[in-house]
Amino acid sequence: MMSNLTGAERGTAMIITGAGVLVGLAMAAVGHGDPMGTHGWIVLAFSALLFFFVGDKVYDPEPAEDRAASYYDDPTKVGIVIALAWAVVGMGMGVWVASQLAWPDLRFDAAWSSFGRIRPVHTSGVIFGFGGNALIATSFHIMQRTSRARMPDQVTPWFVLLGFNLFCIVAASGYLMGVTQSKEYAEPEWYADLWLVVVWVAYFVLYIRTLARRNEPHIYVANWYYLAFILVVAVLHIVNNLAVPASLTGAKSYSAFAGVQDAMTQWWYGHNAVAFFLTSGFLGMLYYFLPKRAKRPIYSYRLSILSFWGIVFFYIWAGSHHLHYTALPHWVQTLGMTFSVMLLVPSWASAGNALMTLNGAWHKVRDDATLRFMMVAAVFYGLSTFEGSFMAIRPVNGLSHYTDWTVGHVHAGAMGWVALISFGSIYALAPVLWRRETMYSWKAVEWHFWLALAGTVIYVFAMWNSGITQGLMWRTYTESGTLAYSFTDTLVAMHPYYIARAFGGLLFLIGACIGAWNVAMTIRRMPSETPELDYPTSSESREPAVPAAE
Amino acid sequence: MSVKERDPLTGHQTTGHEWNGITELNTRVPRAVWFFVIVTHVWALVVWFLMPTWPLITTYTKGLLGTDQREEVEEDIAVANAVRSDWASRIAELAVEGIRADPALMARVNDTAHALFGDNCAGCHGSDAAGGPGFPSLIDDAWLWGGEADTIMETLRVGINATHPDTRYAQMLAFGEQGILPREDIRIVVDYVQSLSGTEAPADRLAAGAEIFVNNCASCHGENGTGMTDLGAPNLTDDFWIYGGDDEAMFETIWGGRQGWMPAWEDRLTVADRKILTIYLQDIARETAQ
Repeated sequence: MMSNLTGAERGTAMIITGAGVLVGLAMAAVGHGDPMGTHGWIVLAFSALLFFFVGDKVYDPEPAEDRAASYYDDPTKVGIVIALAWAVVGMGMGVWVASQLAWPDLRFDAAWSSFGRIRPVHTSGVIFGFGGNALIATSFHIMQRTSRARMPDQVTPWFVLLGFNLFCIVAASGYLMGVTQSKEYAEPEWYADLWLVVVWVAYFVLYIRTLARRNEPHIYVANWYYLAFILVVAVLHIVNNLAVPASLTGAKSYSAFAGVQDAMTQWWYGHNAVAFFLTSGFLGMLYYFLPKRAKRPIYSYRLSILSFWGIVFFYIWAGSHHLHYTALPHWVQTLGMTFSVMLLVPSWASAGNALMTLNGAWHKVRDDATLRFMMVAAVFYGLSTFEGSFMAIRPVNGLSHYTDWTVGHVHAGAMGWVALISFGSIYALAPVLWRRETMYSWKAVEWHFWLALAGTVIYVFAMWNSGITQGLMWRTYTESGTLAYSFTDTLVAMHPYYIARAFGGLLFLIGACIGAWNVAMTIRRMPSETPELDYPTSSESREPAVPAAE
Repeated sequence: MSVKERDPLTGHQTTGHEWNGITELNTRVPRAVWFFVIVTHVWALVVWFLMPTWPLITTYTKGLLGTDQREEVEEDIAVANAVRSDWASRIAELAVEGIRADPALMARVNDTAHALFGDNCAGCHGSDAAGGPGFPSLIDDAWLWGGEADTIMETLRVGINATHPDTRYAQMLAFGEQGILPREDIRIVVDYVQSLSGTEAPADRLAAGAEIFVNNCASCHGENGTGMTDLGAPNLTDDFWIYGGDDEAMFETIWGGRQGWMPAWEDRLTVADRKILTIYLQDIARETAQ
């Protein structure tokens, strides 16, 4: 894989990883006795591993292949494998966390395994580890195909992919040590945040440079969504994480915001992380792999325009609906509520555009589990955006807020939409990437589909029941005008649903494990195939079909 | 390179572009989409007129309805208090016996006590009030500080070993750690104390244990080991143990001492709430004793 890099690129890679070693060493030295020191050792080990990996191949001959004649897929391949590994880890942590709620003894009395520490490992592991890697990997694939151009260089994509994973590892290991800045989905501390800014800007520049090299007159819709994802996440990340480190030798920092401003900034970030990380990026995935797999034209370009601009414009206003009935001024809440409702139509327009694209291909949805993953993902996308707008209405939120209904809503989105579209895309992408005819086992894809769907449905129904029960119990008064139930009573009522939720999550995890196994077997066991037209040229003939060296 | 084609299935034209095999139709946005765009926007516009919405330089548009969430909360609290005020003030004024004599008030007490106990007491004493290691059971007949209404009210008010200036104070000495009793004497007195609630032990150990007990323990727990509610010293002759009644747990108790802690509720619960809890505690203790 490293022999595809030119000599100069290998040199650059060694300088970057060497710098990583030095930074890690410095962090370990100054942060001694603080979690930052442990992070220093992690950065050191990570960089040193890559340094020796590149160094081992540094004097290999220059790549012979004409690079302009093929797409650069090595980082995509690695990204897909890492995404699947994070899926198993992140969802495994999810099942553990869910089980702790049903059976608290599963904490095993250690500090690192307490709920507050392993829950963010689950959320970050799934959102950033699995989702983020799937987004980065598929974006590398899609940006090249839809531009009919190879990425401009071969170091930046590795820097983006591996740098992002270093961030994920530092984040997850930090949570276990108790490092957090207590902002949901933005828990990592200042040095991890700074590093992510560097990685993310490199990602943005790489995307723009690839688009600038494109051989297509127009930029395909999927790229709009990926670009919105990269650009807005950069803005959100930088603003919400503005903080002053307590010292340069420790992990602790203080946010630049306080009080209700802090809460508003956090939920402006949090809601738009849902919008631009978990929606926009995955819509990019949907817009490429669904028409590709169904072999149908996108239903309506005009609808794409309406939904894209609707989503990016309305979403950014909606964050305050997370703070209904709080110290946040009433007028901010009204704005958040109304924009959330106006957001519904563009969101449904995207889901509708995807489903209408399947007209003429519904027999394929029936026969092909990969396409079915994408179809059901679009349905869940529509379902959870409707639910989201509904829950953003103030009086509805009065019942749903702080209950498991919110948890169910998030998981309808995360499992039903984000994970299903990712798995569908991975099943569509893996044979193309590794030049195989099909996946190793279509039966395993079917099993994965039904396990994932069953798991999601069980999870979401359990949480709807639990959340509404909980919300109603909290607001039930006796004839005397006093509360009818204590908080503990609600926990007792929720216990059966907690068990059901853990079971649903377990089914989903088993599906993900089957998927990871299936991809591994596809790579290892399936015979190689000459690809269909899959290189950056306008020629219709198969020449010069130079498959990338394996 | 813009060659528009017609999709045979829908009859719509493509936009003429193609990306790695993907094309797009130029289908018009369905009427239903525009319809719902208009519906949601009109709804939002109406809400903007009615509710506080848009920020101005120093204030914001108040909305035609003049609603404000802070005022709404205050009104809600006033209404909720009004529902409770008639009976809550009577409970605060009357003595426990007086409340018990009034079936209407007792109905209020029974309505309220369960959630009050669950949200304030169950965290330590358990939702069934049966206690647990380190936390006394409230449903046996044994009261550390006495089970009369006034005593329970006082315990609730000031807490035990709490920060309240009038708090009840009780501490069992660390007889082993502080070198008051050697290890072997502690083992002997453990056997003796266990015998008070009916276990067997060799007669010579019991005699020696009785002597150690009289010299070290009786000043608080009484000569018979039946405890003293004035000092918060538990009865050792019943079969309920706060910290466990087996050899190991009792050795630990006598060796390292004990000092339980209960918060003072004077600033957290109203007099009426504490009175309701008192009645509730007396009732559940009586029910289980029967």
